[in-house]
Amino acid sequence: MATIYTHISENKWRSVLTMTVFVALVIGLGYVFGVALRLPWLLPLAIFVAIAQSFSAYWWSDKVALAISGAHEVDKAAAPELYRIVENISITSGLPMPRVYVIDDPSPNAFATGRDPQHAAVAVTTGLLGKLDKPELEGVLAHEFSHIGNYDIRLSSIIVILVGFVVLMSDFFLRYTFWGGGRRSNNRDDGQVGMILMLVGIVLALLSPLIATLMQLAISRKRELLADADGALLTRNPNGLADALQKITSDPQPLRSANKATAHLFISSPLRDPEGKKRGFMAGLFDTHPDPALRIAKLREMAL
Amino acid sequence: MGIWIALGVVVVLGALVVSMYNSLITRRNRVQEAASDIDVQLKRRYDLIPNLVNTVKGYATHERELFEKVTAERAALVTGSTGDRIKASNELTETLKSIFAVAEAYPDLKANQNFLSLQAELTDTQDKIMAAQRFYNSNVRDFNTAIQVFPTNLFAQLLGFSAFQFIEATDTETANVEVKF
Repeated sequence: MATIYTHISENKWRSVLTMTVFVALVIGLGYVFGVALRLPWLLPLAIFVAIAQSFSAYWWSDKVALAISGAHEVDKAAAPELYRIVENISITSGLPMPRVYVIDDPSPNAFATGRDPQHAAVAVTTGLLGKLDKPELEGVLAHEFSHIGNYDIRLSSIIVILVGFVVLMSDFFLRYTFWGGGRRSNNRDDGQVGMILMLVGIVLALLSPLIATLMQLAISRKRELLADADGALLTRNPNGLADALQKITSDPQPLRSANKATAHLFISSPLRDPEGKKRGFMAGLFDTHPDPALRIAKLREMAL
Repeated sequence: MGIWIALGVVVVLGALVVSMYNSLITRRNRVQEAASDIDVQLKRRYDLIPNLVNTVKGYATHERELFEKVTAERAALVTGSTGDRIKASNELTETLKSIFAVAEAYPDLKANQNFLSLQAELTDTQDKIMAAQRFYNSNVRDFNTAIQVFPTNLFAQLLGFSAFQFIEATDTETANVEVKF
């Protein structure tokens, strides 16, 4: 019992820490560049952005995460089987009934989001509903309920807005600088804009590993193993979740709406490595989930 | 000096017992709340049965015995102790299985949309009763652990706390399901 409660307080503490580090980082960057580039308005802007983004991260991150993933809310009439399973696990776990969302995507995956159990949502893809049978679906949803119960959802939703945003921007600017920026530099009017974008891109590119490390520090891959174990305890059927993970991770189809900002929310990483391409050092750095083989093995052990 | 130390020890011990007592009360309330959650689901089942009986009656007129049995068991869902009600609920599950089996012989009934949705609802209610029992059991486990660990076990009896019983699955639930054709 002690473990789950320490995990909850740790998650709440980490949420505050992530927001604090983010605010300090943005304000610090605003100050440094404001002084270096002689732009006095940059610091107040940075302060405003930091505060506005932290505020919205706490209150609206679940809506943003659901919107980016293309999830739409369903009621009992629209998806009775799914809704009933969620209701039953909500009763077993003693947690309030979350909102239920469906993502129209053939790739099987699921995630939970929200700032606390009273404002939680679970989302599953149509692929998950189609490919999994009832015990497997129960396993996946029980796993998501564990994330809700131990406040993993608060931390990971905040990270979508705060850290994920920077990672996405870095990706965008890097691509722009290397593929788009060079060609445009011939045009004189675009020259200055190109320079600034390139500068931002380089700064973000330099920051990116730091931010990735921050993300790693903040979310800890152990949370998935813990949620697997708690989920198995809820359904008393570790094999259901193990079978589900096997199906999900062996599915070749990538999730269309997946990106680096939301990847850590899902039960299994929605990002697929391009075929035939070797995984570099950077790919491992961005891993947000533990090795699926390890997760399945641990669940099978429990089932003995 | 000595008297102050003694007083300090008494105050600290008193505070410990108070916090122990309060946390036990919280846990006991959780168990009682979980028990009332089971009742909510039993009540839901109680409310659904008449609809089912009326629907089936319209088609299967010869199954009077079965209907009487269901009606009697339904009444038992809301009387007696929680244990009695759970027992009645388990018996009802068996009787409902026979009703659904009977329905197989009446194609019109089997095709009745109302019957199908009632069947789904009742199966789901059965799942929810199981879910509520599981939640009850996990709260009972937490409460029983709390009063049995040292040093709480020294005070629990004095403060009037005693262990709750787990709800066990009945023989029919644990036994392998026999499929007959």
